[in-house]
Amino acid sequence: MEKHSRHQFRSNTLPALGTVGPVGIVLLGLVAVPLIYVGVMSFCSLDQYGNYIYQFTFDNYKNLLNPSYIQIYVQSLLIALATTIICIVLGYPFAYLIARTESKRKNLLYMLVIIPFWTNSLIRIYGWRTFLGDTGWLNSLLRGFGIIDAPIEFMYTRGATILGMVYCLFPFMILPLYSAIEKLDKNLLEASADLGAKGRKTLLNITIPLTKGGIFSGSIMVFIPCLGYFFVSDILGGGNSDVIGNLIQRQFQKANNWPLGAAISIILILITLVLVKAYQKAGGDMDSLGV
Amino acid sequence: MNKKLKKRIFKVSGTSFCALVYAFLFLPIVVIVTNSFNATTTKPYQTWKGFTFDWYVRLFDGSNASLLDSFKNTIIIAVTSTLLATVIGTLAAVGMYRYTFRGKSVIDGMLYIPVVIPEIVIGIALLTIFALVNVPRGMLTLILSHVSFSIPFVIFNVRARLAGYDNSIEEASMDLGAGRIGTLLRITLPVLTPGILGGALLAFTLSIDDVIISKFVAGNTYTFPLKVWDSIKSGVSPAVNALSTLILIGTIVFVVLTQSNLLKSEKRKSFKKKRKAR
Repeated sequence: MEKHSRHQFRSNTLPALGTVGPVGIVLLGLVAVPLIYVGVMSFCSLDQYGNYIYQFTFDNYKNLLNPSYIQIYVQSLLIALATTIICIVLGYPFAYLIARTESKRKNLLYMLVIIPFWTNSLIRIYGWRTFLGDTGWLNSLLRGFGIIDAPIEFMYTRGATILGMVYCLFPFMILPLYSAIEKLDKNLLEASADLGAKGRKTLLNITIPLTKGGIFSGSIMVFIPCLGYFFVSDILGGGNSDVIGNLIQRQFQKANNWPLGAAISIILILITLVLVKAYQKAGGDMDSLGV
Repeated sequence: MNKKLKKRIFKVSGTSFCALVYAFLFLPIVVIVTNSFNATTTKPYQTWKGFTFDWYVRLFDGSNASLLDSFKNTIIIAVTSTLLATVIGTLAAVGMYRYTFRGKSVIDGMLYIPVVIPEIVIGIALLTIFALVNVPRGMLTLILSHVSFSIPFVIFNVRARLAGYDNSIEEASMDLGAGRIGTLLRITLPVLTPGILGGALLAFTLSIDDVIISKFVAGNTYTFPLKVWDSIKSGVSPAVNALSTLILIGTIVFVVLTQSNLLKSEKRKSFKKKRKAR
């Protein structure tokens, strides 16, 4: 009996510890414990000097109900929703066309979606500002042609923030859509056409239902980050279209009220959990979120 | 309307739609590259004052030392964290595939946390824990943070490779007298290599572009994205655009070289197959 368990230890427990141990330590120390500590922090108080102290309070959560914050939660959710819808509407036909093309350059077309993302995302967002600003390329062009007299204010609007979000998150919609559409069985589409279904009918009854996994995982990967991408609303929205991420960043780097920032983060975690649960309920595969 | 014409219109509109989407994706890149040749010297460097190579020269004449320093930090952090994440992640993927142990499903579930939770939450969580245990913020905390958010991506990539893996070749190798280590080095690793490389590339890409998490754990250390963030309020210098352009060209050359090598080896394979078929 003892010999058996020793054998078991050498052939299973020891190598399992050796291989999975390191990742266990990283996940525990750098993911689980920090997140739990954020939960603890959200119940902490501030002392008279503005340092956090371990004195239990519900005040941070009460402060979350501040009307100006509620306005930002709603705005943030609306921006995320608009971004997700635009990404689907633009991304689906686009992914369909490049996944189903018979061109020899299919791989190149796919790579061209990814190449822009090898340039730092901040600089690309700043590039949009150079393009859309009051003295930017677009306004100069329109004025040069005499189409407008005064510059159009594209910048520092909710629209500019949504544009930036769509720009940053577009590939996260394209990649899952592309792989879902590519896996689609061509015979099914042909069968549907042979049986007399019109193009639109095939699209609605065959193509979209069979690729809805891609739409779901793309939506999760666009919607959730959108709530946190404070740099986009900072650079393009100029404070007029903050998202929840801006609120958190401000508490940690400007107002220095960590407990309140932690409480807002807990809200963001809860929203994420609800959305991921809904995704799983709808039959979504967690593994297609990673790659 | 006849069918042929209809099909033609459909195709042309599809192609132009795709062209528009590509234009949308590449527009900021065009702005960045163009502005790297902008002769303007007044902030915010947005009006065109003529063509110059000056910013590329100035990148290396010492006047942009702090920018280059931040880029050096970014590379050091990306290389170190990618190596660590790749080793730890590959070991974990193999271990989780092969052994049964208690807590496996817990580890499996925790892997998805850094992937789905908004980066800003990970950033502040790491900041608070580093503050709690009093680790000075800098290179060490940046590397640790980057390891933590890139490990899951390595594991998912290697795991996808393991899904199509035939265990019996390992058994065969052991039966033929190769030890456990020999089997690992000669059989397991070569099979997993594409997954490992894919995971490593993803980890590297995530690391060099990360701004959100880095912003909270960097202390007074600057990475390239953080340097850009700091300069955005006053106007990004065309020197930054010049450096970005060089990085982009470097990446494209790297990918084209590796891709064409892959293509070549595949062509060779299919050529051999054809010859055999004859």
